[in-house]
Amino acid sequence: MHADQRCVLTGTHFINGDAACCEGALAAGARFAAGYPITPSTEIVERFAARAPKVGGLFIQMEDELASSIAIQGMVWAGQKSFTVTSGPGYSLMMEHIGLAAISETPCVFVDVQRGGPSTGLPTLPAQGDMMQARFGSHGDYVTIALCPNSPQECFDLAVKSFNLAEQYRVPVMFMMDECVGHMTEKVVIPKADDIALFPRRHASKPPGEFTLFEPGPDLVPEMAHAGEGYKVYVTGLTHDKRGYPVLNADAQRELITRLFEKIRRASDELTMVEAEGLEDADVVVVSYGITSRVAQRAIQMARDKGLKVGKLRLICVWPFPEKLIRELASKVKALVMPELNMGQVVLELERCAGGQCQVISVPHPGGTVHKPAEILEAIERGAR
Amino acid sequence: MSTTELHVHNPVEDLLRQDRIPTIWCPGCGIGTTVNSFAHALLGQDIDLKKTAIVSGIGCSGRVSGYMNLDSFHTTHGRAIPFATGLKLANPELNVIVYSGDGDLTSIGGNHLLHAARRNMDLMVVCVNNMIYAMTGGQAAATTPGAANSTTTPYGAFEPELNIPQIVDAAGACFVARWTAFHVMQLERTMAKALKKKGFRFIEILSPCPTYFQRKNNMGDGLAAMVDYKKRSKIKNGCPTWETVLEPGGEIIVGEFVDREREDYLTRMRRQLGSNYTEFPPQMEEHESEGCSKEC
Repeated sequence: MHADQRCVLTGTHFINGDAACCEGALAAGARFAAGYPITPSTEIVERFAARAPKVGGLFIQMEDELASSIAIQGMVWAGQKSFTVTSGPGYSLMMEHIGLAAISETPCVFVDVQRGGPSTGLPTLPAQGDMMQARFGSHGDYVTIALCPNSPQECFDLAVKSFNLAEQYRVPVMFMMDECVGHMTEKVVIPKADDIALFPRRHASKPPGEFTLFEPGPDLVPEMAHAGEGYKVYVTGLTHDKRGYPVLNADAQRELITRLFEKIRRASDELTMVEAEGLEDADVVVVSYGITSRVAQRAIQMARDKGLKVGKLRLICVWPFPEKLIRELASKVKALVMPELNMGQVVLELERCAGGQCQVISVPHPGGTVHKPAEILEAIERGAR
Repeated sequence: MSTTELHVHNPVEDLLRQDRIPTIWCPGCGIGTTVNSFAHALLGQDIDLKKTAIVSGIGCSGRVSGYMNLDSFHTTHGRAIPFATGLKLANPELNVIVYSGDGDLTSIGGNHLLHAARRNMDLMVVCVNNMIYAMTGGQAAATTPGAANSTTTPYGAFEPELNIPQIVDAAGACFVARWTAFHVMQLERTMAKALKKKGFRFIEILSPCPTYFQRKNNMGDGLAAMVDYKKRSKIKNGCPTWETVLEPGGEIIVGEFVDREREDYLTRMRRQLGSNYTEFPPQMEEHESEGCSKEC
């Protein structure tokens, strides 16, 4: 393995999604990670544990996911980029600290290689059942960003993107892989380090004494200072003011929580990340994300062969949900079809945004394998009638 | 005469966030007393306060981090130690102190306590033990002794109390001590010693909670607790930790129980990694210019 100075493994590789995700994290500048072993995500940290020490980093295997998901936040406040990796059961344990990262605006990445659930469920088989958990899993009101790769290549590309978005908006970013994508081996092209754009930490531009830790910038995102830099930061999971000091009343709550929502709402155009094809004259559009989009691709082809006008919309960024785009699309088509490896989660958002303008057809699947293209085709045909 | 003219500067003030005083602690509470000893211990050392971070969990003692004029982290319930672990690993130059309560560190955070001690993570952990969940209104804790009353054990607890020093010792801590809020001078000296030591250091401090623990158990006010501590305490440095159980009304064994040398996590990591480790500065911006090992 010959990586360059930034530890970017430039070249063409034949690796699986888990390995690609690890390379993406390294290329994004993450040198520290904490985790707890869980199938089907473990390969990511196994690779990271071997690679990180060579660039001054480390992987620490913590005693559980509660510990992993907060250790990474200690790493971030020490000035590093950091992430943790898990699957369903571990992801459930991490919910507490997704909330902490949200309220303390700690930029970090949570990778969830989804498997069948609930509970221990199907450890080695795919599902997309954690999508609502990625949005609403921790208690209280907060927003996160969630990206869904559908290939090992995207496991690399979007891992880099996840770190960039975490830094840009100072939110925990959910990188929602699934068992198929994680264990699928394909060609992955890793560009030169110079061709990989990184969003730098928004470090305090003022010296200690003049700097206010949670003073929002023009885009409502504050700058960050780290422990050991003389800023005497005060970071708490309590509702706090601009100094970071706890203020436990309705006014402070309103100011903080509305800003946390608003900083993402303002970026909704930028965070509308989709792959669209054939939408112009489509009667039916198949909306999907992650591995399901690859089965949908086949179903779309089969429908087109039958003469149906079918478009494809793949959500790369699922949260925040591309509301505007869906609203416009729903006004032009007969039906939106959403296959997903769960009993109907993101389709609820699709329905909400479609607002009755068109038919919304859910193609649920309890997981364990992927859809049969025929199941999606049947829904497309129903929508086209 | 204004109060400013009367004010005599106490050196400890520089270590406190003045704009956050008064604290939330009740009259007679021992937490502030422990903070005073801690601040004196910090000031008496050749320690770079700029490089000193304090991490707390949740609870009355969990508020300590927020009153200290250091890098302060008030994290989630029970998870101060893993946060502190991340902080230390990602910037080994930091002196990281965890300051929290008994419920936070030994019950909900018990697993993290065990494993940080086992790893010999270079952290100093101060556990203020008031034997009850005070912030939530006086519920039983894993440390509530014997048949003591609490709001959730109105007929007394049906389970024995945890002997914290024994657990931490068994897990591998390199320094274990216990004092009470009465032993302010001894506590300061022990804290000063622990601050200078490398590895997992643990100090338990018995502290009165007049509002809940003392009141529920007819033990009087904060002052009465001091008299009680004075009467019941017995200094036994080097005492085997299986003998430090806190029997209700029995002897309170205090002192420095464990002080041993053991390679800490980061030292061991560097030693074992050898040439597989390439040093990098903690700042992320500098990476481009520093280069990495050829094998990478």
